[in-house]
Amino acid sequence: MGVKQENGTLIKPSTEEETPNELDLKVKKYLRGDGANLEVLQDKKLKGQLAVREGLYKQSANAAAKAEKWLMPSEGGYLEAEGIEKTWRIKQESIAREVDILSSRNQYDIILPELGPYTLDFTSSGRYMALAGRKGHIGIVDVKQMNLIREFQVRETVRDVVFLHNELFFAAAQKKYPYIYNRDGTELHCLKEHGAVLRLQFLKNHFLLASINKFGHLHYQDITMGSMVGNFRTGLGRTDVMQVNPFNGVVALGHSGGRVTMWKPTSSSPLVSMLCHHGPVSALAFHSNGHLMATAGKEKKIKLWDLRKFEVLQTLPGHANTLDFSQKGLLACGTGSFVQVLGDFSATQNYSRYMTHSMVKGYQIKELVFRPYEDVLGIGHSMGWSSILIPGSGEPNFDSWVANPFETSKQRREKEVRSLLDKLPPETIMLDPRKIGTVHSAKKKEKATKQEREAEMENAVEAVKGINLKNKTKGRNKPTKKLKKKQEIIAKAKRPYLDQQMKEEEEIAKKKQKVSQEVELPKSLQRFSNKKAAS
Amino acid sequence: MKVKAISRSTDEFTRERSQDLQRVFRNFDPSIRPQEKAVEYVRALNAAKLDKIFARPFVGAMDGHIDSVSCMAKNPNHLKGIFSGSMDGDIRLWDIASRRTIRQFPGHQGAVRGLTASTDGHILVSCGTDCSIRLWNVPVATFVESDDSTVDPTKPVAVYVWKNAFWAVDHQRDGELFATAGAQVDIWNHNRSHPLNSFEWGADTVISVRFNPGEPNLLASSANDRSITLYDLRMASPVRKMIMMTKTNSICWNPMEPMNFTSANEDCNCYSYDARKLNEAKCVHKDHVSAVMDIDYSPTGREFVTGSYDRTVRIFPYNGGHSREIYHTKRMQRVFCVKFSCDASYVISGSDDTNLRLWKANASEQLGVVLSREQKKHEYHEAIKKRYKHLPEVKRILRHRHLPKPIYTALNRRRTMIEAEKRREEKRKAHSAPGSISTKPLRKRRIIKEVE
Repeated sequence: MGVKQENGTLIKPSTEEETPNELDLKVKKYLRGDGANLEVLQDKKLKGQLAVREGLYKQSANAAAKAEKWLMPSEGGYLEAEGIEKTWRIKQESIAREVDILSSRNQYDIILPELGPYTLDFTSSGRYMALAGRKGHIGIVDVKQMNLIREFQVRETVRDVVFLHNELFFAAAQKKYPYIYNRDGTELHCLKEHGAVLRLQFLKNHFLLASINKFGHLHYQDITMGSMVGNFRTGLGRTDVMQVNPFNGVVALGHSGGRVTMWKPTSSSPLVSMLCHHGPVSALAFHSNGHLMATAGKEKKIKLWDLRKFEVLQTLPGHANTLDFSQKGLLACGTGSFVQVLGDFSATQNYSRYMTHSMVKGYQIKELVFRPYEDVLGIGHSMGWSSILIPGSGEPNFDSWVANPFETSKQRREKEVRSLLDKLPPETIMLDPRKIGTVHSAKKKEKATKQEREAEMENAVEAVKGINLKNKTKGRNKPTKKLKKKQEIIAKAKRPYLDQQMKEEEEIAKKKQKVSQEVELPKSLQRFSNKKAAS
Repeated sequence: MKVKAISRSTDEFTRERSQDLQRVFRNFDPSIRPQEKAVEYVRALNAAKLDKIFARPFVGAMDGHIDSVSCMAKNPNHLKGIFSGSMDGDIRLWDIASRRTIRQFPGHQGAVRGLTASTDGHILVSCGTDCSIRLWNVPVATFVESDDSTVDPTKPVAVYVWKNAFWAVDHQRDGELFATAGAQVDIWNHNRSHPLNSFEWGADTVISVRFNPGEPNLLASSANDRSITLYDLRMASPVRKMIMMTKTNSICWNPMEPMNFTSANEDCNCYSYDARKLNEAKCVHKDHVSAVMDIDYSPTGREFVTGSYDRTVRIFPYNGGHSREIYHTKRMQRVFCVKFSCDASYVISGSDDTNLRLWKANASEQLGVVLSREQKKHEYHEAIKKRYKHLPEVKRILRHRHLPKPIYTALNRRRTMIEAEKRREEKRKAHSAPGSISTKPLRKRRIIKEVE
C-alpha cells in the first residue's frame, strides 16, 4: 500500500502484478523478526516444542497477511504525476478538483486572527482535534462532522494542548501551570508541580503526562492515580522541543546546544544524549516504527537519524519550525508560511520532496500535525488553523479495538476500562521495548580458573615439544646443544603464562597488604604506614 | 495527475439499524500497536492475578453419612451420580448437581470397603468386612422415585458370602466380571455365588485391585506385603510382582495409556510405572506430606487426583513431579477416597469427617454456560499465561498456593530431612573409594525387587 514512485511514475498497489513476493513481505511484517535458531539446541524435547510454536507463528502470520491482502475495506491514497508533471508542483486547488467530495471537505482555512498562533492535537483515532491559541483560546472540534464541541477563553497564555487517553479530557499548558479540562471546558485539575510548562506530551500506553517547563525540568505524572512518577532536571536549559517516541515511550528533548536527549521516567540521567546540530534544535519528530528520527536545527539543516545505530542517514538543507511524521512515514516540515512534505519512495530511507504548500504570506506556521487514519495535515498558524490534503499519508484501515474514528460512547467507555487494565508500568519504557519477556544474555566468561590456566600452559608446552629441530652444521649439532635449545623453547612457551601468574599473585599480595594495613595495624603503628592507609 | 485520498463515508462504517451489532474492522499491522510485547506481558500478569482471584475450587460438601467415608464409585453411565460407602456399612447414591442423596442402600453389617458399578451402570457391587459381596440394582431415572414394585430397592439383588473379609472390589470394563481383594484376589461373575478364579501370591492381604480400562483382562493389585502384582485373567497364575519399600494403598491405570499405571504409596509419593518395565518408575510425584490414600485418573489421562492422610487433595499432571493444585479446608479430615468426575471437570473427595466434598478440577474455571466470546477470552488468557509463565513475577503468582500451617511446617521438615539425607550420601560418596558407592535415582531407589 501507499505510494511508490520511480522517476515520476507510480506503481499502484494491489493490481494483477502483485507477485507472491508481496505476500512474503507482508508475512515478514507479521512475523515480527526472525524465528529462534533451533539448530543449536541440544534438548530434543524443547526443540520439538519450539518447532511447533514457530509453525504456529508462521501460520498466524500467513493468515494475517492474507487478511490484509483480501479483506481490508479501504485502500490507501496516492498522488501520481503524469508526463512532465511533478508531484510537488501540484496545488491543493487542483487536488480538490480531482478527489471526491468527502475528501475535499478536508481542505479549509479557519481564520482567527486575534488569538493565534494556534497549536493542535488529534486524538489517536483522528476524530477530535484540540486547538489552543497563544492568547488563551481553547477549543475542541469534531473534525469528522466539523462540529465545534466546546470553545472557551482562559485569558492567559496557552503554550500547548494535548488530549489525554480519549477526547473527554485534555491538558493545556498555561501561563503558570498546566491544567486538565474535560470536554465541557470544566477545569478538573491544576498541576502546580509542573510549573510554567512549555510543552506537553501524553504517553498513551502508560497514562503518563510528560511536560518540560521553563527551567528545563522534565516531569512525568501518572494521570490515573495522580502520582508524580518522575521529576528530573535536564540541566541543559530552556527548551520547547519535546516529542515522545511512539515506538518505545521514550521522551526526546531538543536543546539549544544542538543536543538531543532521550529520557525515561525511571532514571534521572538521560538514556541517550546525542549532538545532532551545531546550533539550537528547533524541531523533532519520530517515525512510528521507532527507527527513524528527524531533527531540524537553526543552522538550516534537517537531519534524519537511524536510532538503531545513532547515525545520520540523510542531511537535508532547510529550516523547520515544526516536523511531523505521518502514519505512512511522510515527513512534514513547516517554516514561515511554507509547508514541505517529504517522502521515502525508494524504500531506502532516502527522503525526497513529495508535496509543497504555501500559505498566505505573513502566516507563521506554529505546528504541523498529521491527522491519524486520514490523508490530512493539520496546520496551526498565527492566523488560525488550516487543513490540507496530503494523499498517501494516513493508514487507510483502522482497527476497531485500537482506534476507531466511528466510536460510540459505549465503545469509548468500554475501551477506557480495557486500556486502564492494560496500563503499562513506567518501568516498561526502555530503548528496545522488545526486550521485555526475553532472557538475560549470558554473562561474560569469568577469569579462567587455576586448573584451566595450567592445562593451557601444558598444552602449549606439548605443542612446542613436538617440533623437530633442524639439523645444524657440523659442530653445532651436539646433543647437549640440542637439549639446551629444546629447554629454551619450552621455557619460552611457558614464559607468558608464568608472567601472568606472577602478576596476578603480586596484585593479590598487594591487596592483602592493603587490607592488612587498613585493618590490622594498631593505632600506635599506623603513623608508620604510608599516608593513604593512615587517612 | 491521478489522485486519491482516503475517504470513509459514515454509512459504510457504521451499522444500519440500531438493532444491528456494531461493525468491527480489524487491521493486524504491528505498527499501529506500539509496545505490544509490554502490553501482552501486563495482560499476562493481570490474567495470573485474575486466576488467583477466581480460584474458588470448593463447590460444596455432601453430608449424610454418619461415619467416615471409606470408598466411592463413579457410575460410568450417568454423569451426575456417585456412590459412596461408609465405615458403618451405609451405601448412598448422590446426585452431584443438587448435592443430595438420591438413594440409600441398606448396605453391610460392618464397614463397606469397596464399591464399583458395572459399565452399563445398572448393577452396583459392594463388598465389606462382613465377608459378603452384595449386588444392588441402580435406579435408572434417578430423579423419579421408581414405582415399579418388581425391584425392591431396599434388598440387594444378590448376596455372596465368602470366607474372608474384603478390602476392595473393581468391575471389569465392558464385561461381566468383577475382582475382589481380600486374602487373595478373586474373580467373580454377577450370577455365581462362588468366585470363578482365585489368584494368590504370598500370604498377605491384598488391599486394592484395579482392572485395566483398555485391556479388560489385565488387572493390578497391591498388598500388605508392599507388593504390586499384575494379573492376566487368561492365565492361571499372576504375571508379575514388584516389591517396594513401603506399602501401596491404591492403584489407578491411565485410561489413555493402557500400559501405564500410577500407585499411591505410603511414603507420601506416587509412582507412575510402565507395566512392561517394573524395575524403574517412569515418574515420581512428590508433594504430599503423609501417606497417599487414594488416587484416580482424569478421563483425559493427562492428570490425576490424590487424597492423602495429611487432609489434602492434590492434582498432579501425569508426567510432572509436583502437583499443580492443592485443595484443603479447615473441616476436611483424613481423605480416604477421591474420584475424578467422568467429564474431568470435578473432583470428589470422601474423608474421615463423614462428608463428600465436591471440588472443581480447575480452580478458577468459570462454571455455567460460557459464551463463545468468554471462551475465547479464557483461551487467550491461558495462552499468554503459558507464554510468560517463566518470568519471575508471573511465575510467583501462578505457583503460589496457600498451605495450612501443619502442612507447611511438615513440608519444610520433610525437605530438610531429604536434603540432610542427600548431603550425608554425598559425603559418604566423597570419602569412599571412587566407584564403590553408586547412588540410585529416586525412580529406582524405593523398589526392592521385581519377581516374575
